[in-house]
Formats: sequence, structure tokens, C-alpha cells
Amino acid sequence: MEEILRVNGLSKKYEDLTVLDQLSMSVRSGEVVVIVGPSGCGKSTLLRTLNALESIDGGEVVLEGEVINPGNKNLSRVREKVGMVFQSYELFPHKTVFQNLTLAPLKVMKADKKETEKEALALLERVGLSSKKNSYPRQLSGGQKQRVAIIRALMMHPELLLLDEITAALDPEMVKEVLDVVLSLAKEGRTMIIVTHELQFAKAVADRMIFIDGGRIIEEGPPKEFFEHPRTDRLKKFLHSFSYEE
Amino acid sequence: MGFEVLLKGNNIIRLLEGLAVALKISMISVLISIVLGTACGVLMNMKIPVLKQLLRIYLEIVRIMPQMVLLFLVYFGATKAMGINLSAETASIIVFTFWGTAEMSDLVRGSLKAIPLIQYESSLSLGLSRFQMYLYIIIPQIIRRMIPLSINLITRMIKTTSLVMMIGIVEVLKVGQQIIEANRKTAPNAAFGVFLTIFILYFIACWPISCLSKYLEKKWEN
Ligand SMILES: Nc1ncnc2c1ncn2[C@@H]1O[C@H](COP(=O)(O)OP(=O)(O)O)[C@@H](O)[C@H]1O
Ligand SMILES: [Mg+2]
Repeated sequence: MEEILRVNGLSKKYEDLTVLDQLSMSVRSGEVVVIVGPSGCGKSTLLRTLNALESIDGGEVVLEGEVINPGNKNLSRVREKVGMVFQSYELFPHKTVFQNLTLAPLKVMKADKKETEKEALALLERVGLSSKKNSYPRQLSGGQKQRVAIIRALMMHPELLLLDEITAALDPEMVKEVLDVVLSLAKEGRTMIIVTHELQFAKAVADRMIFIDGGRIIEEGPPKEFFEHPRTDRLKKFLHSFSYEE
Repeated sequence: MGFEVLLKGNNIIRLLEGLAVALKISMISVLISIVLGTACGVLMNMKIPVLKQLLRIYLEIVRIMPQMVLLFLVYFGATKAMGINLSAETASIIVFTFWGTAEMSDLVRGSLKAIPLIQYESSLSLGLSRFQMYLYIIIPQIIRRMIPLSINLITRMIKTTSLVMMIGIVEVLKVGQQIIEANRKTAPNAAFGVFLTIFILYFIACWPISCLSKYLEKKWEN
């Protein structure tokens, strides 16, 4: 399969703090990559640089042959190709669910109104929220908001979807309804980079696991080996911190 | 008491015309201030150090300078020193806009600060340009907060228009003085009646606006 994203020796600093340390990775079309790692290891920063929300201090990010950096003239065109969903709720509070979905396609892609609305309705149906079409975000539960946030990103037909701990702020009983949506996206062959602490989910959805610590990739591989036979001590320790056995 | 002088000739009409001048100057100034103030507020919110410093100095000047001094400066200063021919009304609109823009930009900047970063980032990551982001996402979210405050600014401007008679504009207070002067012989005590009437006129002009702002504030509280 063809490569869609390449990260070469990416470095990012906040003043003296090196957050990403010459990190390299690539993602093929249709692949689901799940990134795990301790809090503060640079996962969010990595995803944000892939969407040019952060400047970088070294290396490069190449999306479908095009170098991304925050100085680009065609930044918004690059960002159209990359969809992102964040941990905290991010819907536009003054717009209805339906307007949240249609705003960017209509204004950015200048898409056909009828087509866009049809697509929005179909996506709402798909995530079971047709009845919330005219609700405002404050009338939705956390899980419902995140489902809308996911399909809002899909409305732009992104080549690559970035999900940054999208269930971390949710009540436990709402986690599954959101992750089920992500699983169904994986099944239909979407290219995704997912950051999560839900290891069960990671096992189920990942084509490839990546473990990051201290701004570097420490270990990566197919989920079965990754979870059952971790090679590095750091990953062993990390995985162990999730288990409750003696 | 002096009310009778108001019934002479077209004195009441003249007072109302004077009030209309005051309202016109403040409305035009507020409208321009809202547009320019929003733009300045947005610019201050962007992290451009030089611009931020300049705007801060501007705010400080407006805060320190009495409006009257600005009025004299623009009207007499510009017309005499630089040979620009400004009508008194244009000069007042310039000064009021200069003041209003400063207040509005501070308001806008303050309201923008309250918008969570995630609103900016999710707009950008959907591919919106910065201009579209402010137009569709950020500014609509601060408007509710701004409307009551800008209405408050309108009433303060209407009040302050009484200064413009100092540069020869015949607004309501000036008309009142003229009426009192003209009747000094026949009704030496007219001042009380005339000024009380003016007081009531200002009240009638400002009170509904003030009520509207209270109403909106209540309505949008939640
Ligand atoms: N804007 C910022 N300014 C300074 N330090 C930051 C900023 N954003 C993140 N950091 C720091 O960078 C490190 C990595 O952050 P992040 O990428 O959010 O980690 P993760 O998502 O893996 O928990 C953390 O130590 C964090 O404190
Ligand atoms: Mg994070």
C-alpha cells in the first residue's frame, strides 16, 4: 500500500524542554496506527505537528508528498486532508449539530449545499444521532459530542484522521459508544493515527502499535507481539502499569 | 418656572432638532467604533508585539485625555494648524470614534480571551482560514457579550455629546442656552424649566436604550 504520511527526524522543543526528539515514522494508506505512552511523553504534540498546529524545530512532515509546516501558504488546503478530533469538547457552541457538520465543507470546500446536507444526515444516522440534528452542543452528553466531533472531521473527507485521547474526558459508560464509531471507521479502511489509553480498544483496532517515551519511538510492531511479547523494559513497565495482577 | 418660553415660536422643535444632532453624532460614531474596535480587538489578540504595543499606547491616550481636549485638538488643531477643512460635526465624529474604538477594542480583546483555545484549533484543523475562523466561529461567540456593553457605550456617548457645543455645534444643550438668552428680559427664571426639559429629553433618549441592554443581559445570562 502507498505511503500517505512520512515524518523524518521530527524535533520539537518548548524552550529547554525537548518534547519530540528526532522522531521518524510513516503511515500507509488504510493503516490504523495506535500510539501509547506515558502522560507528557509528546503524543499530543506529535499529532498537533502533523496538523501544523505547532511549529517544528527540526526534521519534516510530508503528507502525500507535500511538506507541512505552519509557514505554508496553502496550509488550510493541507489541513483539509488531515482531520483531527481532540480530547476536550470542541464543537462550536453557537451552532447546531447540523451547522457544526456543514460549516467547514460549505465555507472551505465550497461544496454543494444539497450534497453536503445529505451527507451530514447520513453520517448522523450512522452514529445514531439523527434526532439531535437541531440540538446545540450544550444539550448533548459528552459521548454524543465526541461522536459529532468525529463525523464533523469526516465531513471534510480527510485522507488521514488524527484522534487524540478522544475518550479521556468521558464518563466510563460513554467510552464504548464513541470507540465503536472509531472501530467501524477502521473496518471501512480509514487511515488513522490514534492516541489512547484504552488498551483493549487499541488491541482491537490497531494494525500497528507505537510506544513513545521521552519524545522518541521506543518500540513498535503488530499489536499481538506488542502486547504479548514486549521487547524493551520500558514498554514492559508501561504495560504493567495498566494491570492489576500481583 | 420657565416652561412657557418653550412654547414660544418653534423652540420645542429646535430643542428636538438639537437632540437629533446629538443622537446622530453618537450613533454614527458607535457604528464606526464597533467595526474598527472589533478589528483592533482581533489584532490585539494576535500575538504581534509591535502592534500590541501601539494599540496599548492608543488605549492609554484615550483613557488619559479629556474628550474636550481631543475635540479642541482635532477641530482647532486640524483646521488651523494643518489647514484641513473639517466641519465641527465631522470633527466630533472623529473624536467620538477615536474614543469608542478604543473602548470597543478593549471589550473585544477581553471577550476574546474568554474563548477557549480549542475553538481556535478545531476551526483551523477543519481547514478554515484565520479570517473565516474569526468571522464564523470566534466573533459570533463574543457578540452576545458585547451587545449590552456597546449599548452602554452608546448612552455614554449621547451624554458626552453635550461637549460638542464647545466647538460650535448647536445640539440640545446649546439650543437650551440660546432660548434662555433670548428670553432673559421677559422670563429671567427660564433656566430651570429649560434645563429640566433637556434633562427629560436626555432621559427619554437614553432610558429605552439602557432598558434594552438590561433586557438582553438577562435574556442571555444562561
Ligand atoms: N505550549 C506548551 N508550552 C510548554 N510546554 C508544553 C506545551 N505543550 C506541551 N508542553 C509540554 O510538552 C510535553 C509533552 O506534552 P504532550 O505532547 O501534551 O504530552 P502527551 O500528550 O503525551 O501527554 C509535556 O511535558 C508538556 O508539559
Ligand atoms: Mg495528550
